[in-house]
Amino acid sequence: MTDATLNTGGDRPGSSLATQDARTKRRNRAEARFKAYGLTAILIGIFFLVVLAVSIIRSGSPAFTRTIVGVEFTITQPQIEAAEGELFKTKAYQTLFIDALKQQLDARGMEMEFDEESIERLLGKVGSTLREYYQANPGEIGTPVSFELAASSRVDGYLNGRLTRDSVKDSRFLMAADLDLVDALQEAGIVRSSLNWTFITGADSGVDNPGGAGIGASVVGSFFMMLVVLVLSLPIGVAASIYLEEFAPQNRFTDLIEVNISNLAAVPSIVFGILGLAVFIQFAHLPQSAPLVGGLVLTLMTLPTIIISTRASLRAVPPSIRDAALGVGASKMQSVFHHVLPLAMPGILTGTIIGLAQALGETAPLLLIGMVGFVARGYPDGVVSGFMDPNSAMPAQIYTWAARADPSFYEKAWGGIIVLLVFLLTMNIIAIILRRRFERRW
Amino acid sequence: MPLLWLILSVLAIATTGYVLGRARVMAGAGGDSRDLHSLPSYYGYNVALKVVLPSFLLLLVWLLAQPLIVNGTVAADIPESAIPDGSSRDLIMSEVRRTAEGLDNAVAQGLMTEDFARSARSDFNDVTQRLKDAGQIVTAQVTQPILEAAQRYRIMNDTGNLILSALVILVALAGAAWGMREMRPEFRARNVVERVVHGVLVAAASVAILTTVGIVLSLVFNTIEFFRLYPAWDFFFGTTWSPSFTGRGGSSELGVLPLLWGTFYISIVALLVAVPVGLFAAIYLSEYATPRVRSVAKPMLEVLAGIPTIVYGLFALLTVGPLLMAVFGKDGLGWMQAGTAVMTAGLVMGIMLIPFVSSLSDDIINSVPQAMRDGSYGLGATKSETIRQVVLPAALPGIVGAILLAASRAIGETMIVVLGAGAAARLSLNPFEAMTTVTAKIVSQLTGDADFASPEALVAFALGMTLFVITLGLNIFALYIVRKYREQYE
Repeated sequence: MTDATLNTGGDRPGSSLATQDARTKRRNRAEARFKAYGLTAILIGIFFLVVLAVSIIRSGSPAFTRTIVGVEFTITQPQIEAAEGELFKTKAYQTLFIDALKQQLDARGMEMEFDEESIERLLGKVGSTLREYYQANPGEIGTPVSFELAASSRVDGYLNGRLTRDSVKDSRFLMAADLDLVDALQEAGIVRSSLNWTFITGADSGVDNPGGAGIGASVVGSFFMMLVVLVLSLPIGVAASIYLEEFAPQNRFTDLIEVNISNLAAVPSIVFGILGLAVFIQFAHLPQSAPLVGGLVLTLMTLPTIIISTRASLRAVPPSIRDAALGVGASKMQSVFHHVLPLAMPGILTGTIIGLAQALGETAPLLLIGMVGFVARGYPDGVVSGFMDPNSAMPAQIYTWAARADPSFYEKAWGGIIVLLVFLLTMNIIAIILRRRFERRW
Repeated sequence: MPLLWLILSVLAIATTGYVLGRARVMAGAGGDSRDLHSLPSYYGYNVALKVVLPSFLLLLVWLLAQPLIVNGTVAADIPESAIPDGSSRDLIMSEVRRTAEGLDNAVAQGLMTEDFARSARSDFNDVTQRLKDAGQIVTAQVTQPILEAAQRYRIMNDTGNLILSALVILVALAGAAWGMREMRPEFRARNVVERVVHGVLVAAASVAILTTVGIVLSLVFNTIEFFRLYPAWDFFFGTTWSPSFTGRGGSSELGVLPLLWGTFYISIVALLVAVPVGLFAAIYLSEYATPRVRSVAKPMLEVLAGIPTIVYGLFALLTVGPLLMAVFGKDGLGWMQAGTAVMTAGLVMGIMLIPFVSSLSDDIINSVPQAMRDGSYGLGATKSETIRQVVLPAALPGIVGAILLAASRAIGETMIVVLGAGAAARLSLNPFEAMTTVTAKIVSQLTGDADFASPEALVAFALGMTLFVITLGLNIFALYIVRKYREQYE
């Protein structure tokens, strides 16, 4: 046995708890640094989130407004007759319109010189719009009608700052000189902006008409797809989970299923697109670009997610519930379907909604089955055509717009993202409410 | 009979069977359900199941088989002379299907009578024009062999549908009769019904296996087809990727190496962003953060994981790309030619992966027992020393697993690279150059192309196979590491 000699002083000269020696200081500095790294990492993550949100809102909100040129316009019977008598009828209407516009500017004390071409560049084919209107409503001839004409997407871009005077290159779409006219019109209060219903309810437009593009038709496409996913993946997912959680014996077949499910959850989504293309289109000859096929592919993709979350909520139901049911004479099947499943239902629904939200935002598989390009041309005629006719889905439509050469479509793409995120947010909030409201802790 | 009505009538038979079966067994027991073996509803379910299951099974099999058989028969009957040079039987068949669909539409719109659609001859009647009037896009002049084939196709399909309807109804009725005969009070209805339900549950669980089998088969068959047209050696070891766009093949060079390099390069950049940020975020959240900070910061980071990848793609293309251009582009350092580059895609993908790394690592760090930390504190270690020397080594296998899973996610990611990485396949070390990845090329080789005969389209399946094998390998490796090196704490 050795006696420990009390070492006073020696290798710790002047050590006191009140003053820190160099080593302690260094260690404390390292501690503070380490903590700062962690905080920085969190702040970086949140910073990215904020940048993302700001750029989505800032770039996307212009898609929801559009520039309107409101002109009060009167046409008389003789003017109509004269115009209809000419060789280029719509051009005659256009001249009349330009005269009216000039008068209105003059009345406000602003004299401007502009020609037909610049009007055409700003407002499109005004003449044919007017002619169609008066042919459809002959009763309006002679009375003042206030027309609201949508300005071209480039005028939109100029007014919301996407285009500046310097960045405008003279082209057949817009000349820098036209912007003077826009300024004058804006000063006169003839140009104003209003909510763009075309974007919210409309269908996709051709590559040369960014102003007329809308996301409505692809929202419908997404809706039909989600219907397929819900109808297929909820029952199949729940049935598979019940089997694996309550009935499956410990054997190789069960192991095989388990391994498959966990692997499928990690397979890249584009591989599911290849599967859909090969099996549903190449082999089963289902129609290309149909929401039905998209829904089937997304079903296979979401099944693992739904199965995993459903199993978790089945596992959360305590065994005493099952034992009690079995104790009063229920069969195993009855105990599961009458007692365990209803208790697990809120959890299952939450998981399903989150799975659906994931499927709603998925793009890559849809590109492969052809839901991309100019496919969302209009609303489907009915339920069957909603499932079978070519349509796009929200994310695929956004991709289509982002891939087009005309930068005016970028604004539409950001706007589409806002619509998509609103849907996702709603679904997630519903899931959270369901969880908060119905979740039971045992 | 349209499919919907067929399904509805089967369901109607099943409902009737349920009611009748239940009523019959109750009558047999003299109205006292205590004399029955099972609850009365099970007798009803027994009949209904015997109606629904066989008839729907038949319906499903028939619907899958009919197009195959009809296509095969009609295609085999097209004479060799009707296939022009440079075309194939598949292309002709798709034209036949379009024509047949056009005839259907025309009849539905009343532009043709059924007789006319069945017997028209393209050399006497202007079928092409009439189909165009019906709103059907028929590519060229409908020739006589195609029209004949289309007419055969329609007749076979019509007959098939008729036989199907009759058979399904017949099977449903037979099932009902079978179920009704069993309706005696001593019949063990519950056991039978539960056995069937059990079978349905097993079938649902097997969908996962079927999906995997479907993925593997569709990849393997088309990949083999591809390697028959294009040498496998050149695919795996070729260093040039330049598909010809004529679709006739021959001049394409389809080497996968530049694509793999692009994929790995972008993934590495992404992991360089995601791993430090994600790991430190996880450490801070689990070791330092107060419950209030944690309850705010953790969901905010996880929002990043819930954002669809198309949003990140657009963010890369329209926000990050131009931003990097402003710094490294012509006006700045001059390293960058265009906004789409490895850096752009990698950076954005890194942001996407941050929550993936952080929440997985967070769980793992939290599962390290508190006793180990307390022991370390007791020896005088500071908090950061404890984390670095005790907690992280204990959590390392799990963290490595999380990073591998993130890598597999990065390799399989599509939308960010399609929009953010550019389209040029090159082997280069400059991270500011545009490169492309396996997933991006799968998209560009397969979209808008329904003809799977050319190596340019089929190569996508070989790429998909490569991708599938790599990601699967990474996942299995990650799980293996976690299982093998995981410390078991009690």
